[in-house]
Amino acid sequence: MSSSDDRESILSRVRGALAPLHKRAAMPDYTTELAVMRQMMGSRDGLVVFSERLALVNAIALTDPVALVARLRENKWLHGYCDPALWPALAPHFGADFKVETTYDRKRVDDYAFGITRAVGAIAETGTIVLNDATTSRRLGALTPWVHIAVVERAKIFSDLPEAVAGLGQDTNVIWVTGPSKTADVEGILIEGVHGPGIQIALVV
Amino acid sequence: MRFQQIDQFAAELKADTRAAVYDGSKKGHEKRTKLLFDEYADPDRLRRIAGEVKQHVVENLDTYLPQVEAKLKANGVIVHWAATAEAANQAVLGIMRARGATKMVKAKTMVSEETELAHFLEKHGMEALETDLGEFIVQIDGDHPSHIVKPIIHKNRREIATSFEKNGLGAYNDDPQTITRRARHFLRHKYLEADVGLTGANFVSAESGRLVLVTNEGNSRFCLAATKCHIAMVGIEKIVPRDYDLALFLNLLARSGTAQELTVYTEFISGPKSPTQPDGPEEMHVIFVDNGRTEVLASDCRDILRCIRCGACLNVCPVYRQASGHAYRSVYPGPVGAVLSPLMMGDKFPQKADLPKASSLCGACHEVCPVNIPIPDLLLRLRNRAKEENVPSPGTPPMGAWALLASQPTAWRASLFGGKIINYLPTKLLPIPALRAWEAKRSLPAWRGGEFRKWLKTRKGRADFSPTAPSRAEAKKAD
Ligand code: SF4
Repeated sequence: MSSSDDRESILSRVRGALAPLHKRAAMPDYTTELAVMRQMMGSRDGLVVFSERLALVNAIALTDPVALVARLRENKWLHGYCDPALWPALAPHFGADFKVETTYDRKRVDDYAFGITRAVGAIAETGTIVLNDATTSRRLGALTPWVHIAVVERAKIFSDLPEAVAGLGQDTNVIWVTGPSKTADVEGILIEGVHGPGIQIALVV
Repeated sequence: MRFQQIDQFAAELKADTRAAVYDGSKKGHEKRTKLLFDEYADPDRLRRIAGEVKQHVVENLDTYLPQVEAKLKANGVIVHWAATAEAANQAVLGIMRARGATKMVKAKTMVSEETELAHFLEKHGMEALETDLGEFIVQIDGDHPSHIVKPIIHKNRREIATSFEKNGLGAYNDDPQTITRRARHFLRHKYLEADVGLTGANFVSAESGRLVLVTNEGNSRFCLAATKCHIAMVGIEKIVPRDYDLALFLNLLARSGTAQELTVYTEFISGPKSPTQPDGPEEMHVIFVDNGRTEVLASDCRDILRCIRCGACLNVCPVYRQASGHAYRSVYPGPVGAVLSPLMMGDKFPQKADLPKASSLCGACHEVCPVNIPIPDLLLRLRNRAKEENVPSPGTPPMGAWALLASQPTAWRASLFGGKIINYLPTKLLPIPALRAWEAKRSLPAWRGGEFRKWLKTRKGRADFSPTAPSRAEAKKAD
């Protein structure tokens, strides 16, 4: 049977199964206010809540590139990838001990200790960084290094999930990243850095 | 004495496995409850509304399916339909062959477990590698997942370390961190070599055609960053009407499934990569899979199609905790599986008719379900169906003799007195096989038949049976 035969057979079975129903369940009328966490935002500043929530998912918020560079150096994360559009502004903060590439070579995935890419926004309520195709220079550059640094504009912090869903836009690939990649598959023990970054940093500018 | 299959399995379960499953599921459940109730004024209202939204979708699939298909096509996605597991697998194989592809990396998808896709592809000379850590371990072990969210809840670290060693992933080391790092290094090169990335979808928005994928490990993101072709296998019931509804479902799914506010990676995919993006699929396929779902839709248990596969009902179920997932002999274990699996069998329903009976009907599954599925009611409907279809039920005590006694006061009185004999009989001479089986693991309390009747007689004439309630006369005076 071909896919189009299968299409017809599935749809006719669906229609057949639903035919005996006298009344179909109606779509409930509700507002997504319902799904907003209580007492999270109030009148508080988006950045304050975002930083607080980010810490809860074990990610880090920084506002100063100097602090970022110090942290990378301290951990000997000296070789990385950076979005070419971001590099001119960041380069003056990095010393000669760093090796930063603005092209990403997928044959050398293990070379990059960190990757710096732009985020399209963030969600305060959950401590989430929003990435998409338009702002991410390389999907792999944001994913394969041990440390991912997302550069977020302060003005683009959504307060909650419903707001962020409303702002998904036209991009075909929107990714919400909430903390470092993790698993609890082995005996329920939490381990960070499974396939993606073990350290997630938001650099808010 | 013969047991039902599920009981037999539970009886023979290793103590280690039982402990692993019990602890894992209990932990998951306790965290979930705290999170939901701390953060929402009325979490039950969330569940009810989510349930209504999905019930609406299920009962209007005839409109939503063509709608979502049109949207996907407009987004540049190639849409396929598969009535059976075989058709779904063939569709995947066809796509791979057309591209000349031989290597696939797979994210976790329950539909591909249903169709046993990885086995099928391997048989046809393709490499199909599981990338979710738990699924990867199951794959190298030749095992099956035993939980829909935590596939290796039944394994401990020593077993995992042993199979890593056997499969050339380093010398024995049972530290979970080391295990995870080894998998990281092994798998990242596999993603980069693969041509095709396969995922499922947790939700598909009919309005925008967006597929929503949630993972914590980032493996599905890696599949979609490294490969050139994305195939998504999607059950026909995965639709939500609007993007607007996603916030509600995402909030519930992460909290119910893993007691997180949000999963680490939540991906919204509405087509192949953007032209300016160097990484990711240039080609995207969605395969809508029936594989028994229309059978379920035609039954009086269609509510189960609301399920968003969170696993909360497994975690809370006292039977699942004791029996473990493999006892259900299905891709879907636990309460959800006890409903879904027999129904998806179609004509072969009797083969799994024992599952709906493995429940104490305590109702905990209904209480935790983020889409408010009345699982105990559905279990009763299936028990009824088994009875109507005369499916044999080994191990169930015959109730005929009891019914006869209970309907004749004289016979009943005599049997109460005669029952005293049981106190003196050795277990293996007990007259009822079910009782013998029960006694093999526990000890019966001493027979005290007739006590209640004696007690009732001494209370004769008094309408009040509760020591604290006021008598009727007293209540009258107070009026
Ligand atoms: S039936 Fe409900 S609780 Fe169980 S897995 Fe499905 S959505 Fe979760």
